Amino acid sequence: MSEPASHLRVRGRPLLREVPGPTERTVVSELIPRKQEERPVNGKTVLLDGLSKSFASRRVLSRLNLEIPAGQLLAIVGRSGCGKSTLLRLIAGLDRPSSGVISVGGAEVKSLQSNVRLLFQDARLLPWHRVISNVGIARTKNWRDSAAAALADVGLADRANDWPAVLSGGQAQRVALARALVSRPGVLLLDEPFGALDALTRMEMHRLLERIWYEHGFTTVLITHDVAEAVALADRVIVLRDGGIALDMPIDLPRPRRGAADTAAVSLQARILDEV
Amino acid sequence: MATRLPQPRSAAALTFLASWALPLGLLVIWEIASRSGLLSMRLLPAPSAVAAAFLESVRNGTLLTNAAISTERALKGLIIGGGIGFALGILAGISRLVEVVFDTSMQMLRNVPHLAIIPLVILWFGIGEEAKIFLVAIGTAFPLYLNTFHGIRTIDVRLIEMARVYGLGRLALFWRVILPGALPSILVGLRFSLGIMWLTLIVAETISSTSGIGYMTMNAREFLQTDVVVLGVIVYALLGKAADTITRLIEARALAWHPAYRMNPTGEAIS
Repeated sequence: MSEPASHLRVRGRPLLREVPGPTERTVVSELIPRKQEERPVNGKTVLLDGLSKSFASRRVLSRLNLEIPAGQLLAIVGRSGCGKSTLLRLIAGLDRPSSGVISVGGAEVKSLQSNVRLLFQDARLLPWHRVISNVGIARTKNWRDSAAAALADVGLADRANDWPAVLSGGQAQRVALARALVSRPGVLLLDEPFGALDALTRMEMHRLLERIWYEHGFTTVLITHDVAEAVALADRVIVLRDGGIALDMPIDLPRPRRGAADTAAVSLQARILDEV
Repeated sequence: MATRLPQPRSAAALTFLASWALPLGLLVIWEIASRSGLLSMRLLPAPSAVAAAFLESVRNGTLLTNAAISTERALKGLIIGGGIGFALGILAGISRLVEVVFDTSMQMLRNVPHLAIIPLVILWFGIGEEAKIFLVAIGTAFPLYLNTFHGIRTIDVRLIEMARVYGLGRLALFWRVILPGALPSILVGLRFSLGIMWLTLIVAETISSTSGIGYMTMNAREFLQTDVVVLGVIVYALLGKAADTITRLIEARALAWHPAYRMNPTGEAIS
């Protein structure tokens, strides 16, 4: 798997690689490290300015300021109910903030954004559409081709004509990932997307997400309660507590990440856990 | 998927035999009872007599003519009543306003046995075609309304939220999320409607008619032709069964995505 990096992309678009072997154990290879300047920047900068959100009398987020640079993979960690899902829904434009401003790529978020995609905790595939029609759900021009390409990217090219009901949890989540990628979003939001998967599948999904993010270069916000997952994937980890940012820490580890085998990662995890 | 289990032919044949053993056995006992004089031919004719009546009515054309007339009435009533019920169900499902205006009245009316208004219907329409079609329409409207409405209301809101995030407009949301999501429930409604459709028509045709299967049986009763009466009952059963089979085929096609409606290897829908 050590092809020269120049083979990997044609005019800035990642080249799709063939899926080796049976699909059940497919993670389409690991990312191949590149120099920073060779990585594509398709992401959009996300800015939160004095962001607050209250439900009835309960204040969930209070005056949050945060800049997420284009192309960064940010993980937000916190206990359940700390407002991390609320934050994600605000960035997606699903809910409106009580006060403050969100902007994506310089434009204020006032409603649902076409360049922001959200991956839910459950795959939320339409059971009455075949896999490929789920991926091409927006039915844009030539959706079949782009959907097939996105499916190949997540290693599920051969499941295009299956019903979602026959997929495993990990496969369904990969289809959902393909659906999010098909429109080449500037920002990808992930709301604990691997929480319901078993440990092995989750590790596969980590490697898949890391590679795809690395090749596409979109800005990513990953919500998780799993500190190990945050450290394994993110460039930067933020701990959300009592509606504010309790810790903002860069994770400067080489990619591809080695997961639990990395002792540096373990000490970072310990520091984050102190703050959660 | 789609690994078709090679089901042994003998097992399939056995299942088929087992499901028909009871009705066939009853038929044999019935015939024996009639021939031995245990059952009076006046009260209940032997199956062989019914078969003879069947052949005779096919030969002189009365059976097919009457069955065609009954089917036409049934379908006209279903299309009008079921169509109205379906449309109202959809509108009430997607619009709060329509729900507020119609739902209370529909819930109230559905508990009125529609056959109770037969005297009124005869006053309004006489004993013409309209009366029968009107009754069938009233009867079939409610199951389709209720199940369509219920089907739309029980769609997973998370799917609707997902569709919004992925930029589906109102029309796309309806055609790709709401309608397919409500379809299993709508088809249940259709089945109920089909049952009520035949029931209503039998009653309506028996009370006032000059054609149709119901008329055929009532007419036969006047002449004590019990074999024709039994034949009429059997024809109703067969028409009902045919309607049910058609809905099953529709279900198997339209709900192929649904694990519970997957086709089994013999090609017939399970459940």
